Amino acid sequence: MSIWVLRGLRDGVVTTRWPAKPDAYADAWRGPARPVDAPDPADLADLTDLCPTGAISVDPVRVDMGRCILCGRCVAERPGAFAWSEGATGPAALTREQLIIPELPETDAAVAAVRARLAERTAALRRSVHVRHVDAGSDGSEEWEIQALLGPVYDIHRLGVFITASPRHADVLLVTGAGSVGMSGPLRTTYDGMPDPKVVIATGTDAVSGGLLLAGSDQTTGGVGATVPVDIWLAGSPPSPFGILNALLIAVGYLTPDGKRSR
Amino acid sequence: MTMTQPDVVALWKELESRVAAGDRFAGLFAGRAADHNPVTLSAHLATAGEVDTLEVTLPPGATGYPALTPRIGAAFWYERVIHDQFGLVPEGHPRLAPLIRPGQPLPRHVEGYGLFTIPHGPVRSGVLESIEYLVETPGEAIPHLNMRVFYKHRGVESRFTGLTLPDGVLLAERAEGIASVAHALAFCHAAERIAGCTPPAEAALVRVLHAELERIANHLDVAVRLADAAGLAVATARLALHKERVMRLVSRMCGSRFGRGVVVPGGVTTLPRLSPADLRTELDTLSRQVIAEAAALMATSSFLDRLRGTGPLTPDRARTHGALGPIGKAAGFADDNRLTRPYDAYPNLVVPPARAHAAGDAMARLRVRWEEVESSFGLLRLAADELAERPGDQLRVPCEPPDGRALGWAEAPQGEVLYDLSLAGGRITRCHPRSASFHNLVLMHEVFAGDILTDFPFIEASFGLSVAGVAL
Repeated sequence: MSIWVLRGLRDGVVTTRWPAKPDAYADAWRGPARPVDAPDPADLADLTDLCPTGAISVDPVRVDMGRCILCGRCVAERPGAFAWSEGATGPAALTREQLIIPELPETDAAVAAVRARLAERTAALRRSVHVRHVDAGSDGSEEWEIQALLGPVYDIHRLGVFITASPRHADVLLVTGAGSVGMSGPLRTTYDGMPDPKVVIATGTDAVSGGLLLAGSDQTTGGVGATVPVDIWLAGSPPSPFGILNALLIAVGYLTPDGKRSR
Repeated sequence: MTMTQPDVVALWKELESRVAAGDRFAGLFAGRAADHNPVTLSAHLATAGEVDTLEVTLPPGATGYPALTPRIGAAFWYERVIHDQFGLVPEGHPRLAPLIRPGQPLPRHVEGYGLFTIPHGPVRSGVLESIEYLVETPGEAIPHLNMRVFYKHRGVESRFTGLTLPDGVLLAERAEGIASVAHALAFCHAAERIAGCTPPAEAALVRVLHAELERIANHLDVAVRLADAAGLAVATARLALHKERVMRLVSRMCGSRFGRGVVVPGGVTTLPRLSPADLRTELDTLSRQVIAEAAALMATSSFLDRLRGTGPLTPDRARTHGALGPIGKAAGFADDNRLTRPYDAYPNLVVPPARAHAAGDAMARLRVRWEEVESSFGLLRLAADELAERPGDQLRVPCEPPDGRALGWAEAPQGEVLYDLSLAGGRITRCHPRSASFHNLVLMHEVFAGDILTDFPFIEASFGLSVAGVAL
């Protein structure tokens, strides 16, 4: 067994300091597509069939990041109109509408109210949080990214976040997948089995909107919002481990969705 | 090559004799051109260098057909899927329960004094995909295991219908997310065969780079889960660190940690976004670290004790089932598409053939994975060096296929991925993906001889399959 003692010391500390310190890998990450501020009008013509998930709406041009699967077609074909968003920590939002960029005008007051209600609920969670994960029809990649959080690079235990087997012990429900019909029942049972207060995170574009499975399938509910009440909407296909970590820290009130420390 | 037979039994007899002569049963799909058309059954046989399709069209209004499963056991799950999708009854099928559509469970398989069923899932302990195992046990031994995989069924196959090729490849990448590259490759190979186009040499090399890195990441994931099951905290952390490094290298190369958005019909979208020298350095470092870690793990006796003799698949069973990937190789049945039906740059690279294994247990499966990791690093170096010597100015050729149908395949980390693709008017009229996970998972029914409940996590992890690819 002694070989493992030595191997364990081999690389020193590999754990990120984020969110206390910036992380270069997180900063270099490309997130969902967004419209650029001053678009080239030539690149705005005929956008209807461009996006495979219909995330782009016109007049004015908006991108629904909650539908973006990061295929990059709009960025490659219309570079004058669309660009990648930067940073691995987002985008996570407290309302579904907030994932639509640029923001719809009427959301500010509503978001403030939602934020206040979430803060009130999460005040009791403080610095020890237990997370239950449920796969509601994912493609398997989101599970890898959540498992990565348990590894030495992200190490969520340092932030007081733990994965728990029993919903009875869970404060946060991390739901992945497009919401398969077969998982609706088990997902709801898990949610009902959790004590209050509880926070639900729709983890990834599939969980937010169904992603590519949005239309044409009678086997998914087009996101998990149809089955459980979602508090935090996290886009990404799949979201990066930093994105999931960020959403968890928003869930417990440690960070706000715009990236600020709240305590 | 597609052959049509006049009736079902004649087709089954033909299949039986060809499987007996050494061809591998690779799948049985049903489909029809339109809702009112009769159903066509397509059986696929992997032969030397090719995958053949044998077809029969059922009479109009048929509600059933004589089952293939009594003749070829590997058709067991395929016929249950056909029953789920089309309501056709395979007459004589031994256990016709719903597989990918939600339905009522069957009564217990084993009856007797003191036997009970432990339901495990679909919401499981830990971060895992949803599947329900019904473990029938008198307390310790596992005389029978039932699996219910339908919870995750997302309707991927029906979603393909009507998509364009560029959208289809995006869906293929998400059919089994941890084998995105292999699924995209199999899909694109089918499209390229219909179009009759060949990707440029640079693209073929980039495809190999991503496919092999995906293999290494998947095998490391299996090793993480096995070490975790054995409670080896340091080994778990070290292997997870290496897996993260592989995924970060992939994201530096293409922007996605799963190699998505690279493979497209006719080629690839991008060269690795780091210099050939940087790529070579990264590969050398990774390879040294991973191989050293594997050596340490394979010298930890408390770990090996849990794997040795655990979950054995007999060579005979592996051969008759046509077990794919590392599961087959560990039981002496090796049919690696990179060697036997090579594609992209593999014909020009030297893929070392699998070493002979016969134990078929969790230990042999892990050994096969480490051997594959080592050969993957070798292939990566060859491909990276060859890519560095090329100008890299042509990455894709136009791929505009006419109406038609073709099979495409690729060797995923789990084994062969097979796509049966039909196109008309530039859109997909039918696409049937078959993952190695689907073909192999059914074998988990048969590997619990002599094993007990605490072996379960080792057996499951050593299979290294993804439920997403099973239920689709």
